[in-house]
Amino acid sequence: MEILKKYPKTFQWLFLLIIFFALCFAIEVPETYKFIRGQAEFVKDPNQSFYVFLGKEVRYYPFDVFWRLPPLLGWLPIWINDSLFFLMNEWLPMEFWNETTQSYKTRPLVLQITREVTSIMTFLIELIRDILLGGLKTIVAFTSWDFVGSNSWAKMPGLPWTIVAAGAAILAYKLSGKGLALFAGLVMVYISVFGQWKPSMQTLSFILVAAPLSFVFGLGLGIAAFKNKRVEKALYPVLLVMQTMPQYAVLVPALVLFGVGDHAAVIITMIVAVPPMILLTLIGLRAVPPEVIEAGRMSGCNNWQLMFKVLIPTARRDILIGVNQVIMVCFSMAVISAFIGAKGLGFNLLLALNQLNIGLALEAGLCISLIAILLDKMSLAWANKQVDYFGNLTFFERNKNAYYFSIAVAIGVVLAYLGSFYFEEGYNYLFEVPHNKGISTADFWNKGVDWIFDTFFVYIKAFNTWLIVEVLQPMRALYLRMPAVATIVLVVGAGYLIGGIRSALVVCGLTLFIALSPWWDRALVTTYMATFGVIVSCIIGFTVGTLCFQNKHSANFMLGVCDIFQTFPSFVYLIPVMMLFGITDTSVLIAVIVYATIPATRYTIEGLRSVPIALHDAATMSGVNKFQRLTKIEFPLAFPHMMLGLNQTIVFALFMVIIGAFIGTEDLGQYILKALSDKNGAGIGLTLGICVAFIGLIFDNLIRTWVEKRKHHLGIT
Amino acid sequence: MSNPVIKCENVFKIFGANAKKMLQDSNGNVDAQTFQNNGCIVGVNNASFEVSKGEMLVVMGLSGSGKSTLLRCISRLTDATGGKIYIEGQDLLKLNNKELIDLRRNKMGMVFQSFALLPHKTVVENIAFPLQIKGIEIEDSISKAMDMVKLVGLEGRENYFPRELSGGQQQRVGIARSLAVEPDIWFLDEPFSALDPLIRKEMQDEFLRLQDKLQKTIMFITHDFDEALKLADRIAIMKDGVIEQLDTPANIVLNPATEYVRKFTEEVPREKVLLIEDVMDKSVTKDLSDLKVSKDETIENVAEKILTQEKTVAVIDDNNKVVGSINPTKIINTVFGGRKNN
Repeated sequence: MEILKKYPKTFQWLFLLIIFFALCFAIEVPETYKFIRGQAEFVKDPNQSFYVFLGKEVRYYPFDVFWRLPPLLGWLPIWINDSLFFLMNEWLPMEFWNETTQSYKTRPLVLQITREVTSIMTFLIELIRDILLGGLKTIVAFTSWDFVGSNSWAKMPGLPWTIVAAGAAILAYKLSGKGLALFAGLVMVYISVFGQWKPSMQTLSFILVAAPLSFVFGLGLGIAAFKNKRVEKALYPVLLVMQTMPQYAVLVPALVLFGVGDHAAVIITMIVAVPPMILLTLIGLRAVPPEVIEAGRMSGCNNWQLMFKVLIPTARRDILIGVNQVIMVCFSMAVISAFIGAKGLGFNLLLALNQLNIGLALEAGLCISLIAILLDKMSLAWANKQVDYFGNLTFFERNKNAYYFSIAVAIGVVLAYLGSFYFEEGYNYLFEVPHNKGISTADFWNKGVDWIFDTFFVYIKAFNTWLIVEVLQPMRALYLRMPAVATIVLVVGAGYLIGGIRSALVVCGLTLFIALSPWWDRALVTTYMATFGVIVSCIIGFTVGTLCFQNKHSANFMLGVCDIFQTFPSFVYLIPVMMLFGITDTSVLIAVIVYATIPATRYTIEGLRSVPIALHDAATMSGVNKFQRLTKIEFPLAFPHMMLGLNQTIVFALFMVIIGAFIGTEDLGQYILKALSDKNGAGIGLTLGICVAFIGLIFDNLIRTWVEKRKHHLGIT
Repeated sequence: MSNPVIKCENVFKIFGANAKKMLQDSNGNVDAQTFQNNGCIVGVNNASFEVSKGEMLVVMGLSGSGKSTLLRCISRLTDATGGKIYIEGQDLLKLNNKELIDLRRNKMGMVFQSFALLPHKTVVENIAFPLQIKGIEIEDSISKAMDMVKLVGLEGRENYFPRELSGGQQQRVGIARSLAVEPDIWFLDEPFSALDPLIRKEMQDEFLRLQDKLQKTIMFITHDFDEALKLADRIAIMKDGVIEQLDTPANIVLNPATEYVRKFTEEVPREKVLLIEDVMDKSVTKDLSDLKVSKDETIENVAEKILTQEKTVAVIDDNNKVVGSINPTKIINTVFGGRKNN
């Protein structure tokens, strides 16, 4: 009894676990139960039961309710689908003026709106594309195809790659200095020489539209939420779900609304990139000290000046993290949106991965990553730029960058012109190095991969088999063996013990949604993969972080590495693992582990750093050795922050697990991928996405609640 | 004295959901405890005073006494719940947003305890900020700001960022920024509280030098009684939102109005605060010693000379005219008398 009073929490947890295991053992696996592979539940089968709700028939294999809950929400995807179609094709038809046919036409409102948005996006993308690569679509937009047909000069010539490269370097020089200029120049030259110019510029044009738009919308909505509590309350749940929603899942509904192509990709990218921007804007604005706001007011700022000259610049740090996130998401989406027909590097990357041409995929992936890093650094430099008021510059000095650029343009044009004589036959390499006609190292990489594969095949294979047979399969079987009721009891119980009744209810709602959807088994597989990834990532990240923390330089170095890795689009991680492990769960899991280790490491270092120096000194004066200081002082205090890292790790892991469907997994991601090519896929994709988001949110809720309590307990805010 | 620059009449600031209604019901008789029981917190309770041109009013009180809230009511960073505030005769609470902004852009400057500099702007940009907000050309604003940089002695650091400066230097920037628009009214909210004692003293001297030159109308908030005594023309001592006493430093030291004020004055070294004028006898007796002291000297400076005299000493003004007399015993009584331990 004494012990029970001393450690009440421990016993509560023990009690919960006992109930959980008791339920697991008490509820037998039904004989008819088997994991459904493929999409067997859509095949009509006399063993299936069905019910009709809202006029929709839902078919499913019935089990004991304790084992698996019936899919009472099975109608939801179909209903979402029908609603979308209704909105698009039937709701609120209105008269719209049609420019080409010079007549009024009746169209549903939503369809008209989406078409208008589509045409604006397409125009913007084409404009940048025409400037960078040449073309006539912009001119056509202002005139007509006939005009272009009869006037052969009406075509934008496109910039030679030399000019773009010089322009990028000059811009980088203006923003930051020689270092960045050199980097920008090298990136551009690399892209060109390796024959990735056209797809790279296509990707760039997509990003130059998507990123600024996402930034503006995110900032605007963030400001609105900051100014108005009601807007914030309305946005908050959406933001939460979007944070953990896999990017794949958004593709499908957008496909229905906006069709296939670059414009749809831009819109989807905005949907994914805007929420973190809103969140970080809000966080940043909230953190502005009240005295700074008062100082602004006393300087006589009106509301507009206060927002744009005081609040936003002061909140710059968080807003910049938001910009960084936007750019990250944009590049990540640049690849993923290739599924819905976006052109560019992403498309090449997917194609190469599909053909298992690792070398080509590597080159495309490297290009994306390089452009991503470049844009990230440039946006950062732009925000940190300082004006010199005392330089007393001459006219030439003030405008020297413009001069340099005009010189570069002149030289570029001359070079391209000379090139047209020099490379009379074949391609004018001084104008544009055509796709796949540059230097390619693909063969080298492919041979390297082959060599590694041939040489280490035995070991890799042995490791692979061991991991799958000894670790992954049993773990998966264990997860699937859990009766639904036992899982729910465990999760809700954990919610109650951590956050009380409120947390328990939230978690219960989220879990029930998944349990009542038709995809409980798949969700379990997703969870198992994510759990495995998270556990390994945390062990690695925690160890690496702690080791690096011991030395200031290594810690900074590690944070830098994390920064760079984070800039890589998530898809790029799949390339090296496919090189080594082929198309197996191991590949996916290793990609998951690599990707999810980033936040684990980062938060470990940051958490340890946040321990106040005074405590450090106090501990040292108490005579602790290094190890004692780590275990008695630093870990306990850094633990809440490290748990937030765990939270991020879970989100990252879930993302990668879902993307892993591309390699071939049997989880929710597989269905999302399938929904892409299904004409009724919108509802399914969205519901699946929400399921994944909810898995993330369950952990998110539990961890955050715990962290808040713990921080309160420790007195850190 | 006829036209006060700042004039407050029965100003109340009460925080809480239905503060306004409760204040109306209370008929101007606010009891903090009753309000607190109803979920309202009284920040400023019935403050009435005037500040005339060129005068420095120091509001002294411990944390939570409502002194900062009072200042924010007068700068209208927060709206007073009740009462009237006049700035140069204008009813502050009746101004619309545009007029208020205009007033702040041209008439008011404010210095903050935590400096409140804009972290993304350099020293000179911070100082030029209020000018640029007003719409002054960048070049002009920068050159004006450079004058301010010189005024507060930060030459050579104009391109530093706030984070690269020490606390004292940051507050110099804060002061320069608040003065950039050449305001008539200067609000200082505990400007030196966040500084080290030595720097604080240096800044106080600097501040007095500036005020000597600029002659602004000042409201200065502090929780440091010594600082108040050193700087103030008049001091308002606040407790729980109420102004306990508003008077000249000498009168506060000599005649504390309440027990609370007395506690502050007990430890004050009177010889440093009081002038001969404050303690002299206004009647002139005939039997005077040869020594003559100026009425504007502090007791500290002349005590030794006076105490060596046996006769009463004559007090003279700037024109060498005898305006009063002071007896050595009076000096002893003032400096050592009336303390707790005696």
